[in-house]
Amino acid sequence: MNKLSGSIKLVVFLLTLSFSGLSYSQDLIMARVKQNFPETMVSLQSAIKKTGYTISRVQRIDIGLTKSGFKTDKYRVVFFGKADEVEKLTSKHPDITPYLPLKISIFAENNDTIIVSNNPQHLKNYFKKIPSHYFTNWEKDVKKIFFQTGIIE
Amino acid sequence: MKKSLLILLSLLFTFNINAATNGQKLFESNCSSCHGTKGQGGVGIPISLPSFIDSVSDNYLAKTIQYGRPGRVMPSFNALPSKDIQAIVTYMRSWTGNKGKVFSRKNIKGNAKAGKKLFDQHCVSCHNAGGTGGVGTGVTFSRPRNAAIIAPSLNNPGFLSSAEDHFIKETLVNGRAGTPMMSYKALGLSDKDINNLVRYIRSFEGGPYPYQGYDTESAIIKVDSPYNLEETLANVKDAIMGKNFKLIRIQELNKGLVKPGKENKKQIIVYFCNFNFLNKALAIDPRIGMFLPCRLTIVEQDGKVSILTTNPLKLAGIFNNHELSEACKEMHTIYTELLEEATL
Repeated sequence: MNKLSGSIKLVVFLLTLSFSGLSYSQDLIMARVKQNFPETMVSLQSAIKKTGYTISRVQRIDIGLTKSGFKTDKYRVVFFGKADEVEKLTSKHPDITPYLPLKISIFAENNDTIIVSNNPQHLKNYFKKIPSHYFTNWEKDVKKIFFQTGIIE
Repeated sequence: MKKSLLILLSLLFTFNINAATNGQKLFESNCSSCHGTKGQGGVGIPISLPSFIDSVSDNYLAKTIQYGRPGRVMPSFNALPSKDIQAIVTYMRSWTGNKGKVFSRKNIKGNAKAGKKLFDQHCVSCHNAGGTGGVGTGVTFSRPRNAAIIAPSLNNPGFLSSAEDHFIKETLVNGRAGTPMMSYKALGLSDKDINNLVRYIRSFEGGPYPYQGYDTESAIIKVDSPYNLEETLANVKDAIMGKNFKLIRIQELNKGLVKPGKENKKQIIVYFCNFNFLNKALAIDPRIGMFLPCRLTIVEQDGKVSILTTNPLKLAGIFNNHELSEACKEMHTIYTELLEEATL
């Protein structure tokens, strides 16, 4: 019991060290992670997998910009989803396809890293034929991913 | 008596510490993702700059948190209880340890017409005509910008509701060290000139304000194609290249989610980009990753082919950024034209 409570304290302590807060307005979920970009990217991908999703692709926005002659720090977009969910949902409701797979943007800001996503609940009113639990679960999962990304492993 | 005073003082001290601690937590959960952990700035402006934080009133900070800046990224936190807003303000004061200024709420008298002439002469280069403010978000550490700090929008209803006339005057008189805002007194303007400028800035109140949300728009743009999937894909590629966009990738929607060879060939994503446009959009607001890269999705279902994309106007509403909304209007037009061209 003591060991467990010690672990919880450690996690809380590490969380305090690394995560400077998750903020979400109604439609935007955003967090500043007090880790540099490479570490946060590893944490983010690990959190996505732990939450039961598969990463389908990482789009390197910064590489395209740099190749075109523009200066930028690290900027990526991570796409993720659940194969069966995507298949089931898009076959019945093809209008949702532009919003799938889900995605989270991640970019460097000095020694911190910013992660941003739209709040999936935001879409609920526009896809009324889709059962609302999809949007509720996505919101819950995205927030969980953001929260876990702040934990140093 | 002495003992009671000590107890009272220690209670007050404890109360302030608790307010600051609670305020820190509230700041971190509501403000730090944009303004930085210690208010050093990022997507939001650097609010811990001593020349800023020590020159504003608690009233200004509280009202700014409450009203936000419509169309200028800073959202309204009017759902936060006033005690939480006060706790945030108390925490912000701990950065320099100084108390906030207290300004008279009395209006400053002056001649707005004369003030406009001075504004056009001295202020427009940073604050733009009509006080609409500089372009972009607060400061950036990620990509080059022309100005280290974006000049605030003086015609913003959130600013005008928060700023006292005497605060505006003091800013004009003293300038703001560490930013491009210089002292107008040092520039040679008289007290009367500065009063006229304050009157002109105040005259923006109640005037037209361009920012509007797009909450009524559909979340997608969709067009049915008279062609089969292969022909539609070829048309989409031609239309994209015809608009000077670079094709980045063509893939099945579920690629990477399923085992190779199991992809759904009837749901195709076409990714494309114009890096010049992208660079401009990122300078306006670095949070736009959810738009990226540009994408059209081609879907064949029950023998019918459709092209779909996210509606940039719908997404624009999320960011509370008027400039970005303007770029989204442009993107909406581009997407609509692409869909039309591909299905002609």
